[in-house]
Amino acid sequence: MQTSFTAAQLRDPATAAANQVLRTCVHCGFCTATCPTFVLLGDELDSPRGRIYLIKEMLEAGRPATAAVVLHVDRCLSCLSCMTTCPSGVHYMHLVDHARATIERTYRRPWHERALRALLAWVLPHPGRLRLVLAAARLARPFAGLLPRGGMSFRRVRAMLATAPGRLPPASPLDGVRVHRAEGPRRFRVALLDGCAQRVLNPAINDATIRLLTRLGGEVVVSAGAGCCGGLTHHMGRHDQALASVRANIAAWSREITGNGLDGIVVNAAGCGTMLKDYGFMMRGEPEAEAASQVAALAMDITEALVKLGYAPSRPAPGLTVAYHAACSLQHGQGVTDAPRMLLRKAGFRVVEPAEAHLCCGSAGTYNLLQPDLAAALRDRKLANLCATAPDMVATGNIGCMTQLAGHGLPVVHTVELLDWMAGGPRPG
Amino acid sequence: MIAQLPPRQDVLARRDAIVAGLRRLLAPDAVIAEPDLLKPYETDGMSCHRQVPLAVVLPATTAEVAAVMAFLHREGVCVVARGAGTSLSGGALPMQDAVVIGVMRMNRILEIDYADRLAVVQAGVTNLGITQAMEGRGFFYAPDPSSQLACMIGGNVAMNSGGAHCLRYGVTTNNLLGLKLVTVEGEVVDIGGGHLDAAGYDWLGLLTGSEGQLAIVTEVTVRILRAAEGARAMLAAFRANDVAGDCVAAIIASGIIPVALEFMDRPAIHACEAFAHAGYPLDAEAMLIIEVEGSAAEQDDLLGRIGEICRRHDPISLRISASAAESAAIWKGRKGAFGAVGRISPDYLCMDGVIPTSRLAEVLRRIGAMSAEYGLQVANIFHAGDGNLHPLIMFDANEPDSFDRAERFGADILRLCVEMGGCLTGEHGVGVEKRDLMVVQFTAAELDQQRRVKSAFDPGWLLNPSKVFPLQVPPA
Repeated sequence: MQTSFTAAQLRDPATAAANQVLRTCVHCGFCTATCPTFVLLGDELDSPRGRIYLIKEMLEAGRPATAAVVLHVDRCLSCLSCMTTCPSGVHYMHLVDHARATIERTYRRPWHERALRALLAWVLPHPGRLRLVLAAARLARPFAGLLPRGGMSFRRVRAMLATAPGRLPPASPLDGVRVHRAEGPRRFRVALLDGCAQRVLNPAINDATIRLLTRLGGEVVVSAGAGCCGGLTHHMGRHDQALASVRANIAAWSREITGNGLDGIVVNAAGCGTMLKDYGFMMRGEPEAEAASQVAALAMDITEALVKLGYAPSRPAPGLTVAYHAACSLQHGQGVTDAPRMLLRKAGFRVVEPAEAHLCCGSAGTYNLLQPDLAAALRDRKLANLCATAPDMVATGNIGCMTQLAGHGLPVVHTVELLDWMAGGPRPG
Repeated sequence: MIAQLPPRQDVLARRDAIVAGLRRLLAPDAVIAEPDLLKPYETDGMSCHRQVPLAVVLPATTAEVAAVMAFLHREGVCVVARGAGTSLSGGALPMQDAVVIGVMRMNRILEIDYADRLAVVQAGVTNLGITQAMEGRGFFYAPDPSSQLACMIGGNVAMNSGGAHCLRYGVTTNNLLGLKLVTVEGEVVDIGGGHLDAAGYDWLGLLTGSEGQLAIVTEVTVRILRAAEGARAMLAAFRANDVAGDCVAAIIASGIIPVALEFMDRPAIHACEAFAHAGYPLDAEAMLIIEVEGSAAEQDDLLGRIGEICRRHDPISLRISASAAESAAIWKGRKGAFGAVGRISPDYLCMDGVIPTSRLAEVLRRIGAMSAEYGLQVANIFHAGDGNLHPLIMFDANEPDSFDRAERFGADILRLCVEMGGCLTGEHGVGVEKRDLMVVQFTAAELDQQRRVKSAFDPGWLLNPSKVFPLQVPPA
């Protein structure tokens, strides 16, 4: 597609990168069909092609973002379904990330939105803060009915209270910075991204991951200094805050790489995995660029790792039907589609797949909190498709999807919990 | 930028009143009039032509379309219908004084009747969406444009779209039973219905392919077909374009009609392989995708006979797909071919001429010569079985004269098609792209007759003007 940036504009590396993405797009429109918001809203402006155009205009004009453009970019889930569909290989993720950062820089949101976003960015990446806030939310929940019905802000607060789990599981004894020794002789050594929100919401996922890896002869290190992948703030356009997280992780894992060495950096939250694999691009031109690329190359989803290491079950097949819900960050962001299905089958489950498997469930990081109406519509659509497969339970590879889909009658577990169970671990609760 | 009829100044002057009138008829989010938000609607799949419209409306029902049409007719405002905006001929290109009516929100399947083999769908249902709605039942809707994932049935009717499998099943017009449409005055009319051969004149035949110039389609009744027992694709790789072209002509001349017979040349093979990882032969100059269907025995017999013909053309390799996944990958590459060319060129013009299949080799040679003459690369991807060419002329829109050269090159290809006894458009429609070449195909008297047909439906020429007919001749 034709663009009209000036030579001066193109001297800015971020604009030059955006121009490259735009020039790859041939405006064929295939992406519209598989975009969840286009399917729901039927407006080109809420489709990838429409957003690409809005972003192009915003960047070319070099003017601050307008409220109208912000509305439509905000509605994007960053599910990246469009990237799976795109025949031209348009890197929509890099474009929309750049647009979000531009919006954050040039557009002043209403005060209540700023406050909400600041709160989310302050709380979510920090397990201690999140624990406190969730406890407070539990106390506040009975009063949710007192909130006025109308108004997006009130709907957002209501969504947050509804999303907060009833009671928090206690922290796991395996939680925290340490080295988990391999069972038997050590075959490999990996770092585990132990995450931020996931550690608080569901520590069983990390526990299952550690058991699976150590059982296969892995030494699993949770490194000091590594923490949130930076994704939550990155997707809110908070560039500097995100880069600080990225830098901290790169430093922590680089120490491991030069120290005792790493065969991989294992991620069990698909959203974070997509982020880690993009560290090389994010840090391009920075002093840490090379280290970032090294980290990105080592990053792998837990299911990729398990396929490579030769996962095998030890219990007899349980005779259960599992509906596999493909997290967008895994299927679209990382292109990991076969590994989880294959592993679940190998573990002895009957695996079924819902219709419209490519559509997002509406979780999408903080999306379910910031866009509660669209998120709820997508959740209901996803739940209906999942229920139609009549499964005993749903398995997925991302904590966001688990939180989004839980509490509606279908048990939702992480894929690793099932794999661990069949390899000798506890039955998922 | 392509010339358009001068905008009606009185309409431009009344813009605010017209938008206010539209807002009274539709939900608040169904009228788009802010300049920022109109921009993405300024173009379709042919993004080299752009024009911001007066407004865009997104009605959700036939009644809303009718109300909008009646209002715009009273106001004397032009209308451009838009489906998914995937047109490659600029069929949905707006005009400055026109309101775009997008049917994307009319995306419901209304009825599927397996006993009578038909489906009733709204105009904004995607082509593939019809087949997907019948998943597991063994039925499908046959015409399959490459953009079938995204393109909408309303647009398919407007352009009489084809696709890879039309060699066997015919194009859109051969698969329609009925239409619900809204006239320029805002009247809702049903034609045809749940059976073949509607009474009276063949209005379906007239309206299909009328490019949004006679009425706006809001509902479509399509013929659905039972899928064959099975299908298998074969990839045949050749040393030269014209050898592959001769092979196509030989297959057709032998009396075998495969369900699909598709051609890709070297640049196309490489671009599509990078997208689809289908195992296309990267050492070939040209490749044919040949698909047959039926029982296993039928498939074996047909592939055996076709393989025999291919072997007479010194193929580099012949490969028969061994699994459904392999066939899906082969088709994914072909269906995504136009977009995939975006990997090797920032822009392209996709041509859409038709020639008699016996002239294929000769035409490919001439296109090759023109490519050298114009200094522009071309990727050839097309439905070879029915002689429907899609040369993709690659250019760089950020280079000043590159688009101009590409357009002239394209016009020469289409002239060549007519010269060979073919025609200007196989399935993409005339739109704005081939508008000025209509004089190559038709005499003045023929064009005048066609204009009279339009005038009978749309006396004020409010529906998608500036398209199909050359501008210099006034409406009949």
